[in-house]
Amino acid sequence: MSSELLSQLPPVAPASGAGSAAWILVALPALGAAVLFLGGRRTDRWGHLLGTATVLLSFVYGVVLFFSALALPGEERVRDLPLYEWFASGSLSVEFGLRLDPLSLTFVLLITGVGSLIHIYSVGYMAHDENRRKFFAMLNLFVASMLVLVLGNGFLTLYLGWEGVGLASYLLIGFYVQRPLAASAAKKAFLMNRVGDVGLALAIFILFAQLGTTQYTEVFARIGELSPGAVTAVALLLLLGACGKSGQFPLQAWLPDAMEGPTPVSALIHAATMVTAGVYLVARSHPIYDLTPTGQLVVTIVGAVTLLIGAIVGCAYDDIKKVLAYSTVSQIGYMMLAVGLGPIGYAAGLAHLLTHGFFKAGLFLGAGSVMHGMADETDMRRFGGLWRHMPITFATFTLGYLALIGFPFLSGFYSKDLIIEAALGGSPVRGWLLGGAALLAAGLTSFYMTRLMLMTFFGPERWRSLTPRSAPWDPSLESEAAPQHPEPGHGSPEHYHPHESPPSMTVPMIVLAIGSVGAGAFLVIGERLGGWLEPSIGPVREVEEAVIPTGLVPGIASVLMLLGAGIAYLTVGRRPVPVERPQRVSLPVRAARADLYANTINEKAIARPGIWLSRALVYVDNRGVDGAVNGTAALLGGASGRARRTQTGFVRSYALTMLGGSLVLVAALLAVALP
Amino acid sequence: MSALVIVLVLLPLVGATVCGVLVKGGRDATARSAGFAVSLVELVLVAVIWGLFDPSAPTRFQGESSVEWIPAFGVSFALGLDGIALAMIALLAVLVPIVIAYTSFTRAAERFPDGPDGEPRGAGGFVALMLSLQGVLVALFAATDVFVFYVMFEVMLVPMYFIIGRFGGARRQYAAVKFFLYSFLGGLIMLGSVIGIYVASGTRLGAATFDWAELQRLAAQLPESTQIFLFLGFFAAFAIKAPLVPLHTWLPDAGAQAPIGGGVILVGVLDKVGVFGFLRYCLPLFPLASQTLAPLVLVLSVIGVLYGALLAAMQTDMKRFVSYTSIAHFGFIGLGIFAFSQQSVAGSALYMVNHGISTAMLFLVVGMLAARGGSTQIADYGGVGKIAPVLAGLFLVAGLTTLSLPGTNSFVSEFLVLLGSWPREPVYTVIATVGIIFAALYVLWVYQRTMTGPLRGEAVVGGGPGAATARALAGGPGFSDTVDTDPPDATRRARFGDLSGREIGVLAPLVLLIFLLGFFPQPVLDVINPAVSATMSEVGVADPVGPNGVAR
Repeated sequence: MSSELLSQLPPVAPASGAGSAAWILVALPALGAAVLFLGGRRTDRWGHLLGTATVLLSFVYGVVLFFSALALPGEERVRDLPLYEWFASGSLSVEFGLRLDPLSLTFVLLITGVGSLIHIYSVGYMAHDENRRKFFAMLNLFVASMLVLVLGNGFLTLYLGWEGVGLASYLLIGFYVQRPLAASAAKKAFLMNRVGDVGLALAIFILFAQLGTTQYTEVFARIGELSPGAVTAVALLLLLGACGKSGQFPLQAWLPDAMEGPTPVSALIHAATMVTAGVYLVARSHPIYDLTPTGQLVVTIVGAVTLLIGAIVGCAYDDIKKVLAYSTVSQIGYMMLAVGLGPIGYAAGLAHLLTHGFFKAGLFLGAGSVMHGMADETDMRRFGGLWRHMPITFATFTLGYLALIGFPFLSGFYSKDLIIEAALGGSPVRGWLLGGAALLAAGLTSFYMTRLMLMTFFGPERWRSLTPRSAPWDPSLESEAAPQHPEPGHGSPEHYHPHESPPSMTVPMIVLAIGSVGAGAFLVIGERLGGWLEPSIGPVREVEEAVIPTGLVPGIASVLMLLGAGIAYLTVGRRPVPVERPQRVSLPVRAARADLYANTINEKAIARPGIWLSRALVYVDNRGVDGAVNGTAALLGGASGRARRTQTGFVRSYALTMLGGSLVLVAALLAVALP
Repeated sequence: MSALVIVLVLLPLVGATVCGVLVKGGRDATARSAGFAVSLVELVLVAVIWGLFDPSAPTRFQGESSVEWIPAFGVSFALGLDGIALAMIALLAVLVPIVIAYTSFTRAAERFPDGPDGEPRGAGGFVALMLSLQGVLVALFAATDVFVFYVMFEVMLVPMYFIIGRFGGARRQYAAVKFFLYSFLGGLIMLGSVIGIYVASGTRLGAATFDWAELQRLAAQLPESTQIFLFLGFFAAFAIKAPLVPLHTWLPDAGAQAPIGGGVILVGVLDKVGVFGFLRYCLPLFPLASQTLAPLVLVLSVIGVLYGALLAAMQTDMKRFVSYTSIAHFGFIGLGIFAFSQQSVAGSALYMVNHGISTAMLFLVVGMLAARGGSTQIADYGGVGKIAPVLAGLFLVAGLTTLSLPGTNSFVSEFLVLLGSWPREPVYTVIATVGIIFAALYVLWVYQRTMTGPLRGEAVVGGGPGAATARALAGGPGFSDTVDTDPPDATRRARFGDLSGREIGVLAPLVLLIFLLGFFPQPVLDVINPAVSATMSEVGVADPVGPNGVAR
């Protein structure tokens, strides 16, 4: 089995031509970040322009690389560009290099393309922020790290980018430095990511110990030499890393909190690119996963559980960004499920990754536009009837919404159906469970998104009749200084003047809306994406023995979608929405509002015992360990203190000790020499 | 090159004497400048030696020289460099000018305690002590004679004792005595083993000697029981010095009470003598004992990784915090050394260099913060990023290298240690790898509490420690009522003050090294690797991972 699968790996050629300077892709945004960080306030005036330009140039170069690769025959499209030896010792040699293949180039286009749009959008969105330059420096740092992540030609370069995007994400979540909640969320994101990183690191240790290398080419070519147990271990550890970065069960709790960051960040990092890195990792490591059915099964289970969790919790939130965040968790669950299915699902998962990149980024930018017009309010209960006031935002948002819920012939319809079809295959039990979860979540997606649409854009204009209330977070933590960013919720009707956003914000939204409409059909029909990616992830395999005939899936999914939307209309659209959140709710709603208790479990099972343990250790360290030695020290210290009092100072007591030591030395030497 | 190595030892000692004379003559400022100049010349010398050092040379040591000292006991003042010693000397040569510049030329330099004349002590004396310490440490790292090593091991306590005891914080005398007694006790135990191996060489080699190379040859003839006995003597001294849990309790006190510059050298270089001793003395001289007792050291190391991290997270004082993070890092170094693989040992040797850089950065930034707020208590600060963005940014850089983010210097060494330890010691490796989560926790938590959020803390909004409390006690406006009466951010920024050009200049070389060694560590590894291979063959263990892995 292994030899048959391994023979599918195409040869790796050295990069030449346009590809030989591919490092420029990374160097441009990295340079931008360096200039903006080091330049300080001097670069305030033009920093945002430099930041945008570097990413745009990277995108242009990425397009050139894409077409030059397209001109090559399929078997020559996987190329390596070694740059230098990063570090080496003994049999280990870690090469810093880039891998240019259809998979990485696809990501390059996504990252720099969506990245450019969001840079442009941020020029307007962050126009009034005094730290706009820093924001662009961090965004550039993110783009550079993310490119290292997808372009690296080995697991160590991947790890470099992996933690690099973690840092950028940390900085950007905590960007509103005055908000205590932002700082907590940033730290939480980094820590939960580090839990995943431990898995990734351990996987790398195993690969090195078994194969003596960490470069993709050799690892994938020789992975069949490992015992099945070792392969499964590697696959599961890599999955742990993927779960951390992609907000998958059981490490999903950080992603909704990450919405504390500025909205363009949520769009770029926490929807379109970084959080899909886990999916990339599994797809990139497909030669490993293809050898371990157990590993694949666990990936699909993680995906299925996560897509349900995300969809269920998404139904309960009133914060527009949090609903979108849980939607992201859920949609990445779909992608995970797909890539866990192996050659049947790789292309489907990546197709959904791309279409999701368009429509979710567009939805977040739309949410940002709404917030921009509504004094940074995120509580949907205080919205209503906004379609009249921001027509472009409404139109683009609607297209993104339709694409996400899988409205026929829009992007999500194609890519999500592919995943559902793939999930229904395999053994009947498996097909029903995985496919059933995917179908159920499709209905739930339609429900929570319709609810979001209705509460935000339709119905009475609830923001006109508000009574002031305090900010949603703990006022005791409030800054006594004026906050950098206007804070939501000091709500009185005069506070809100909904208006359409400037063109620098609406144009990116329009571009993404076009993608939301057309990308799915473009990528999926005729297996365009599958064919292009074949050198990287192998040929697409057909679904066999699906529990529901694949021809029926689009119809069933559409019925479920309409059902979800209909229920949302009946429960939300036709009734008045209370401005204050109802507190007396049923048990399932309460559970969903509490993130299905993910945070509570983390708190009770890990954080509290950890703090108790640490306190106990501090006690032991002060009383026990130190006390035992301190007894002696106090004795001696006291003695030397007395010596100090009777004599003059330290020098003499020191000399005394030294003399004592010398006497011991002489005595010992004599004792040794005597016999 | 031999002559240069001797100059390397003598130059700082001469410089220290000159500084001392100048200080006695009341010319403190001249002493500081002279000391700084000497430390720069020393740095240039080290750079020259680094250039002359040939990593592919077949000999164990380069630049060897030997002068008879006590012929009756076969003691020679013998010096020579291997890659690890050279790396440590280079680290020292980089840090000493930075510490002198920080202490002498920046406004962040702390106000030293009052001398006998009631005036604060000038920095000149500190500079003199620092240079003498450098001379002793260079001799210690370059020693190829066990007796010389022992003498330097004890003598180095003297300048550090005075640095802490004369220039330290409020409880400096307690800390200095504790530091001295702990180390001296370890040294005396080591002395027993030094004599023991001397005697053993007399009976087995014919002529008793302290020469390192001769004693290494002796290792093959020593029975394991004798080796264990002698190993433990050296180990006691090194484990205190490193320090390994549970022998660590002197370090937080010493680190917290030492002046910032002293803390940098204490934790950054002086403590490395312990792990350097493992590498140079324990492993090659007692290979059988090293292998037999490895589990003991591994357990202590891994405990140190987690214990140090958890305690670091709970500290309320920033200098104690830095000390505890170091205990965690020493755990990684110990793990790497006693996991006996090329990668893990090389990783540990590189870690010794990188940790020196990271700790120096962290200590200095803490010092600069404390110079503004007048306190090292974490709770006295909050939201500093708002009024001192450059300081906060560099604090974060220091934190990121402490948590070993890829792209910074520490990552390469930490990853090498773990990657290399895995094949032989998977269990300990997994536990230590979990330590990287805790590292992120303690670093980011301190950063969050001091640098982010709204402005708060007495050192920041109170104009100095105690000010806000005093105001509250006097019945004045309470903390929460100060919202409207407090000066705007701009005024506060001016009062608290971001880093000055000189302070940035002090930190700039470290920041540069952090990223340079993060992306291009190979020049240092090239120097370290041959010494590591030599050590590995002296221990007599085969590298667990061959060119194609262990699978075949």
